This record gives sequence, C-alpha cells and structure tokens, in this order.
Amino acid sequence: MIAYALRRLGAAVIVVMAISILVFLMFFATPGVDPAARIAGRNATPATLAQVRIAFGLDEPIWVRYLRMMQHLFVSRDLTSYVNRGQLIIPEINRALAVTLSLAIGAAVLWMIAGVAMGVLAAHFKGTPIDSFVMLLGIFGVSLPVYWLSELTNLLTQSRLHSSIFSWVPPLGYVPLTQDPVQWALHLLFPWLTLAVLYAGIYGRLLRGELITALNEDYVRAARAKGISERRVLFRHALRCSLLPVVSTFGLDFGTLVGGTALLTEVVFALPGIGLLTYGALQQLDLPVIMATVLYAAFFVVLANAIVDVLYARLDPTVRIG
Amino acid sequence: MMVVTQGTGSVGPWRVALRQLTGNRAAVGAGALFVLIVAACLAAPLYAHDIAHTDAFTSQVSATTVVDGHTVPVLQQSTAGLGLGVTPIGPTWDPTHYFLGADGQGRDVMARLLYGGRNTLLIGLASATLACVLGALLGIVAGYLGGIVDGVIARILDLIWAFPVYLLAICLSVVLLTSGLDLGFVHVSADSLLLPLIIIGLIYVPYVARPIRAEVLALRGKEFVQAAVGTGASDLRLMRREILPNVAPTAVVFLPLMASITMLTEAALSFLSVGVQPPDASWGTIVQDGLGLLYTRPMVGLAPGFALALTAAVLNIFGDGVRDALDPSARIRSGL
Repeated sequence: MIAYALRRLGAAVIVVMAISILVFLMFFATPGVDPAARIAGRNATPATLAQVRIAFGLDEPIWVRYLRMMQHLFVSRDLTSYVNRGQLIIPEINRALAVTLSLAIGAAVLWMIAGVAMGVLAAHFKGTPIDSFVMLLGIFGVSLPVYWLSELTNLLTQSRLHSSIFSWVPPLGYVPLTQDPVQWALHLLFPWLTLAVLYAGIYGRLLRGELITALNEDYVRAARAKGISERRVLFRHALRCSLLPVVSTFGLDFGTLVGGTALLTEVVFALPGIGLLTYGALQQLDLPVIMATVLYAAFFVVLANAIVDVLYARLDPTVRIG
Repeated sequence: MMVVTQGTGSVGPWRVALRQLTGNRAAVGAGALFVLIVAACLAAPLYAHDIAHTDAFTSQVSATTVVDGHTVPVLQQSTAGLGLGVTPIGPTWDPTHYFLGADGQGRDVMARLLYGGRNTLLIGLASATLACVLGALLGIVAGYLGGIVDGVIARILDLIWAFPVYLLAICLSVVLLTSGLDLGFVHVSADSLLLPLIIIGLIYVPYVARPIRAEVLALRGKEFVQAAVGTGASDLRLMRREILPNVAPTAVVFLPLMASITMLTEAALSFLSVGVQPPDASWGTIVQDGLGLLYTRPMVGLAPGFALALTAAVLNIFGDGVRDALDPSARIRSGL
C-alpha cells in the first residue's frame, strides 16, 4: 500500500515537472512570441529591446532561463513580476490561494452533501418526479455556463431583489476568514451556491446511475434474500460500491476547479483568487506570474488525482497491482 | 479470406441503435430542437437584412428606431450620476425593431445572437469532430500497436489530461493570439475562427483517446482479433476492419456530448476575450458585452447565455439517447 502510494506520488512529481517545461516552452519558445517586445512596449527601438533582453536575462539559452526560473520559484522563492518590477509573486499567490480554496472547499462540501443526497433519493424513488428533478438538475449541471449563472445570481441578489429579500447580501468582493468569519461566509455564500447547484446535479445523476446498477447486482439480491432491511441494503451494500466512481470524479473535478474553472466564477464575483491573478497576468503576458500560477494550479490537479488514486487503492485493493 | 455469414432479414447493430434512438421521445425532441436552433442561426443574415434591417457588426451610436410609433434614439445618454454612460434601448419584443434591445454600441442583440450562434455552433461542432476523430485514431493506434508507440502517446495524453483544461485552453489562446499559428506550411491568423477551433479540438483529444485506447487493449486479446491475426491480415487491415468497427460506437456516442462541452469551452474562452475575436461574435463574446450592462439591460448578457445553455442541454439529452442506444457503458469526463 505504502509502496503504491510512493510510486503514485513519484509519478505526480514527474507530471508537474513535465507541465512546467511545457508551459515554459509555450510562452518562451513559440515562434513569434517575444516576451521582450511585450515588456518594452509597442514602439521600442532595437536598442531598447536589446537592453530589456539583458536586464531580464532573456538573452541566455532557454534551458538556463528555465532552470533560473525554477530556482527562483522553488528554491529561493523570490520570483518577481515582469510588469510590477520588484513585486514578489509567492506571497501574492499564497494570498490568492486562500481565496480560491475558500471558494472551492465550501462549494465542494455543499455539492457533495447535496449530490449524494439527491443521488440516493433519485435511485430510491426511481421513475417518480423526484427522480426526474434530479435528472433535470444533472442536465443543467453539464449545460449551464457557470459565469452566466453567476451573472444571473448577481442580477438577483445585487440588483433586482436587493431592496427586498436579498438586502442582507454584501457587495461583491472578499473578506479574509481571519478578519471576520461571518462576513467571509456571507461574501462567499452565493458563489458557493452557484457552483454547488451545477456540480450537485452532475454528482446526483452520476450516483443515481451507479446505484441503480449496483441495486441490480447479485450481492444486493443476496443481501435482500438474507432479509436485511431495504435501508441497510441501500446504504451499507449498494452505496458503498457506488461511491467509488463518485470519489474519483470528485478528485478530478476539485483539482480542475482549483486549477482553472474557478477563474470564471472569480471573474464574475470579483473574488481575488488564483484564477483572477492568472487572468490578469495572462492579459499582460507577465510570464513569471503565469508560470507560478499555472504550476500551482497543475500541482493541485496532479495532487488531487494522486490522492484519489491512493484512496481508490485503499478502497479497492485490486487496482494496486499493475 | 474471411467468410461473412449473415442470416436473411437480420439487421446490423447501427440499424438497431437507430431504431431505438427514434423510439426515444426525449432524444428525438432534443434532436429536432437542435436542428431548429442550427437553422435559426444559419438564417442570421436573412434576419438581419430582411427583417430587422440592421448591420450587426458596425456600431450604430446615433441610430434611431421606432417604438409604438415614436422615433427614439437607440442609445440614451445616462441621466444618473455624472451622465457619462449611455443606456441602450431595452427589448421591444418587436422582431423588426431591436427585438431583444441593443448592446452598448447600439447593435441589434437579436441579430448578433443569431450571428454569434453560427460561430459558437461551428466551432463547437467542428472541434468536437476533430477531438473525436483524432482521439479515436490515436486511441486505436496506441492501443493496437502497444510498445513504445503506446508509451509515448499514452504519456502525452496523460500530461494533457492532468492539465486543467480551461487553463490550458486559455494559455494556448493567449500565446497564439499574439502571433497567430505559424507551422511553416500553414498559417492561421490571430483573429481567425480556426484558432479557437483547433485549440479546443486538440485539448479534448485525451477525453476520447483514453477510453478508446482502454477498449482497444481489451479487444486485442479477443478471439476474433487473434483469428484475423492468424489469417495473416496486415496491421492496417486489422485496425480498420476488426478494431475500428468495434470502437466506432464509443466515438459516435462521444460526439454530441463532446459538442456540448466544446461549445461551452468556446463560449467561456470568448467570454474571457481569448476566443472569437471582434468584430466576429459568439455567444461568449455577447455575454461579455452584456457584463457591463448587467444591472441596466440584463437581456444583452442573459439571452446569449440562455441560448448557449439550451443548445448544450439539447445536445446532452440527444447524446444520452445516442448512448443508451449504442453503448450504454460509455462515459465521458465532464465538468463545468
């Protein structure tokens, strides 16, 4: 078990390294993309360009630049921005990460509870209006653009119904948990709910399918034949196996949410998280910030996947082989 | 030589699936609605020129229109605060005059919605086809050939799979939007619709290739494949005649579901202004146009988002029908 976990984590480290090389090449070695031209501005003379190249170390061979950036990022941890010179990136990322994790973890708790509850209800009441409702919400989950639903939420809570039932909703923005836990939760409540509604539908539908398959299996028939109560069959026997694919999907989704999808939610709800930081850096082609945020994001995705795989191996020993 | 025996009157698996699909009322309804949406978007120039009499791509800051017999300006100077902003006209619900109102530049939102739909649908469907075809090919080649070819392809697929998909799309778009794509033999300019099409098509290849590769690995050991190997069939013939027909249903099942995912991705990229570039419109760019007008003229942003959600939903319902008919166990990775 431990050997498997170590092997899996080793693979994860290699993937993060490969991603860092990929991103570096994408921004520094794509033909026609010249970071120096971006820094120097539109009407820079060749002399200015040459100066910028030397000042930013862009005249060195590409592998030297890669190693230097990794050294600044992981060893001395003093990588600075191209655009705001002298601005340290790592503290900025840590601040932003707190926002993104607050958003993602809160939403994940809500959607897992709601999703599992809905999946169990839909499978138990298969063919009834409850089932149809969960299936419909599942279609919503994979069809509604999250930024559009966020705008709709803002329209209702910040404008149209703000003078009546939503007068207690604070303006858009973020308050750190350490500063005021109540305001923190109030500011994040609607971003959480927006994300949770979409994901809960997807998970409810996924779990429903798994449960219905499981309830037709022989071991469930055997459990029923033993005279076990239907509730115990559902929760102890069927649900246990059905949660496995839900757990692995959760790992992927949570990683991608922290690593990228949160960007869309953060833009609309004005949450200063990793996504917004990346987005700002991309617009200015601030390469050190892009490298740092993308690597953090990739790190989370890869870590989440590795944890899920290890967890999966714990739950289902047969996957440890091979 | 192989001898194909077929009982008289027996029907092929595709025919059976088609029969089951046409018996699925939800899927048929969704399919019909999708065809209607496509037809409406294709008719965009017809609507703009002959019904609304407007140009959806040039700004019409000083245009006027007729509401209840009165001539009113399309953009009204704001009276609140410093009076700096302009408020475009809201929905008139009159198909000939600004049915859904105007955007910040005085352009007819309904006309832009239809034009934008053309681009979103085109990019979504084409990139989904690209991902499914390329994914199926890579999956078959990697799974069948095995060894070092499989090792290389599988590692590359794993790498893209591990990368947050929206982030990868945004990074690629930012890089390529500064210079366009120049592969030596082919040049794609930065404002071309081909750019988001290719980027989105490529990033979703692993979503198709990985499950198909797994299927091919299982098929390789099956008796009918071994029998074909025994007859001395070439690799190419084996892949084409024995493997492909058995994994094709999965690729077909993925197509409509993938189209809904790629459409949503295109719109998200365009919403972040790294997808379809102005003056071209897509449902994503119009939602972005509407962001600044959210509290005054919400229809600008809400209408294209609704069109997008509706189209994605009908594709999903139709896709579920195709899956139930062809390959009920096929599952695609889908998120937001």
